[in-house]
Amino acid sequence: MNLKNTLLANAVALGMATAATAQTEISWWHGMGGSLGDTVNQIASDFNASQSDYKITPVFKGTYEETLTAGIAAFRAGEQPNIMQVFDAGAATVIGAKGAVVPVQDLFAANDVPFNIEDYIAGVRYFYADEDGKMIGMPFNSSTPILYYNTEALEKAGVTAPKTWEEFESVTAPALKDAGYIALAQSHMPWIFTENFFSRHNIPFATNNNGYGGTDVTINADAPELKAHFEAFKSWIDNGYAGFFGAAWDDNAKPFESGEVAMWLGSSGSFGGLVQKADFDFSATVLPYWEGVTKEPKQTFIGGAALFAMAGKSDAENKATAEFFRFMTSPEVQYMWHKETGYVPITEAAYEMAKADGHYDRFPAAETGIQQLQLPAGEWTKGYRMGFYVQIRDVMNREYTRYLTGETSLDDAFGAIKSEADKLLARFAKTQS
Amino acid sequence: MKRAGFANYWLPILLLLPQLTIIAVFFYWPAFNAVQSSFYLQDPFGFGSQFVGFENYSDLFASKEYAKVARFTLLFTLLVTATSLATALLLAVKADKVLRGARTYKTLLMWVYAVAPPVAGLMGVMLFDQNIGSVTDLFAWFGYDYRLGVNYWDTAFAMIIVSVWIQIPVNFIFFLSGLQSIPQHVREAAMIDNPSGFGRFWQITFPLLAPTAFFLLIINITYALFDTFGIIDTLVKNNPASNPMTLVYKVFVDGFRGNDMGGSSAQSVVLMVLVLALTIFQFRLLERRIHYT
Repeated sequence: MNLKNTLLANAVALGMATAATAQTEISWWHGMGGSLGDTVNQIASDFNASQSDYKITPVFKGTYEETLTAGIAAFRAGEQPNIMQVFDAGAATVIGAKGAVVPVQDLFAANDVPFNIEDYIAGVRYFYADEDGKMIGMPFNSSTPILYYNTEALEKAGVTAPKTWEEFESVTAPALKDAGYIALAQSHMPWIFTENFFSRHNIPFATNNNGYGGTDVTINADAPELKAHFEAFKSWIDNGYAGFFGAAWDDNAKPFESGEVAMWLGSSGSFGGLVQKADFDFSATVLPYWEGVTKEPKQTFIGGAALFAMAGKSDAENKATAEFFRFMTSPEVQYMWHKETGYVPITEAAYEMAKADGHYDRFPAAETGIQQLQLPAGEWTKGYRMGFYVQIRDVMNREYTRYLTGETSLDDAFGAIKSEADKLLARFAKTQS
Repeated sequence: MKRAGFANYWLPILLLLPQLTIIAVFFYWPAFNAVQSSFYLQDPFGFGSQFVGFENYSDLFASKEYAKVARFTLLFTLLVTATSLATALLLAVKADKVLRGARTYKTLLMWVYAVAPPVAGLMGVMLFDQNIGSVTDLFAWFGYDYRLGVNYWDTAFAMIIVSVWIQIPVNFIFFLSGLQSIPQHVREAAMIDNPSGFGRFWQITFPLLAPTAFFLLIINITYALFDTFGIIDTLVKNNPASNPMTLVYKVFVDGFRGNDMGGSSAQSVVLMVLVLALTIFQFRLLERRIHYT
């Protein structure tokens, strides 16, 4: 009897061991720290618990830039992860390198996972797609810049959140200043005040179809509308309507969280963090626009990052990656991610689920980002694709800061951005030939 | 006299082999690679690359930004080296005179050496932070609006202060042991000849410290040029923007953040040449004027 039991136990253990070895293991490198990282780990462990064939292991690799660099170094050494998270500015680098990734649409087709790009929210669909509209990277943490405001501050000043920058300049900001607030701060000049400025006003950001058409691109970074916007921003800073705390995200967010600044341009993905940090009532609205530039403001496109299936992996592992993407894009997981973090759900189905569940009745501000992404589209609203874009953003931040702190003139700053960015784009084109 | 030697050539080569391998693998091979890739423009993932000759170099030398970074590096190195050496020397001279509780003083002055540069940088971030920094508050009390990460010179100030602070203990230890190795009879003789403490220091003590000072000068220049990377990285907070940076940090920003392998290789070759020139200069020109006893 005893022996029989032991044998049985051994058999069971053996059976479990073979089941464990039959499991396909895949890795996922990401740049989500803090509470976002906790939610990422939650998604991974939920996936692992939902089935027994695959096991995914998420690994935190630092900032977005560090994650991309680590992934590239690993790829060159043949040690790349199955899934790599790449942020918006790095998209051209990873998509440009033909053969570095398996397009998500091909991955799905090869593994019989149904895919219809129309299932995705409008502003999400084409940012990580190629020129023909084939989705290459799976949008993951998708966000868009929106205007958060301190409800109490606006009530005290007797104003509502501005719809246009003209309204901000003539009504909102002076009233808030009188009420003792700095009216505005923003956390990311290249993303909020540049890339999405072009989209919101439907102005081309770069030649060759905003860069989607190929690497032969020049940038429109010295557009007169944009220069006028920064000239206005500087005047707001100079007369106390706006605060400028450098290029670092948090340095600009903190004064809003502490109640010193009344309105803050941040990411729709900042919502979850703000709920925890701000001890005042706040809400959010869509990004203001210049009525003098356009009467028909358009949608913005997504920022954040996408998940790329790295090339050079076995079919079995690619199958596991496809299954994980299927799991991750399911309405339940998307809604959980949206609810926990504030990033927008990437599919219509998840959005419907959040609405049906009453999420937006409880937190109206959580819907702002997704509403903004569904505003009317224009010719220049799907995004941009430019190589060495991380460096181009650094050049923008450098010159904008110099201009805003009075180190350089408006024309010199924008001239430098235009010429240095074009030089970088030409250099990138050479790396691709 | 019996000549010590090996019976054949193979044993010494065998014994040297581990060291030679390490040098080849970790120094010559990467250096060769850097020189090679500085002549190419490369796809970050390594798929395509194009031979561009000296274009990476000509772009570099034509760049106003690179010139600005180089100028800052020079100024930064001068200030960090001079300030940390001078402060450490002063502290060492004073600590040398302390009789009671000398050990405690010395330990208090030395412990900072144990702080890693990125940790020092993080402490700098906290002290100089725009919103919560106590140094920022101090400046505000004097009526100055100190802005780390916004104002170029404000950020430079924080970088220099933190870099100097962390380097003082090393210099202090060396200066102190240098002072203590000056023979007592020399000091006594000097005391009879010259009653002025100030004069004695410059005429007797300082020249006798020269070998130590020269050694420290080299160490400090190297430190300011290269080892301050962690401090700069943490103070810049992942946002190079308009912040000051050194040449080494620029290599990192362009190569590892921007994924421009060719351009950043060219920069690292320039640094290699710089270090080579510096080493030759220091040993050829400066060492002649120093008398080792």
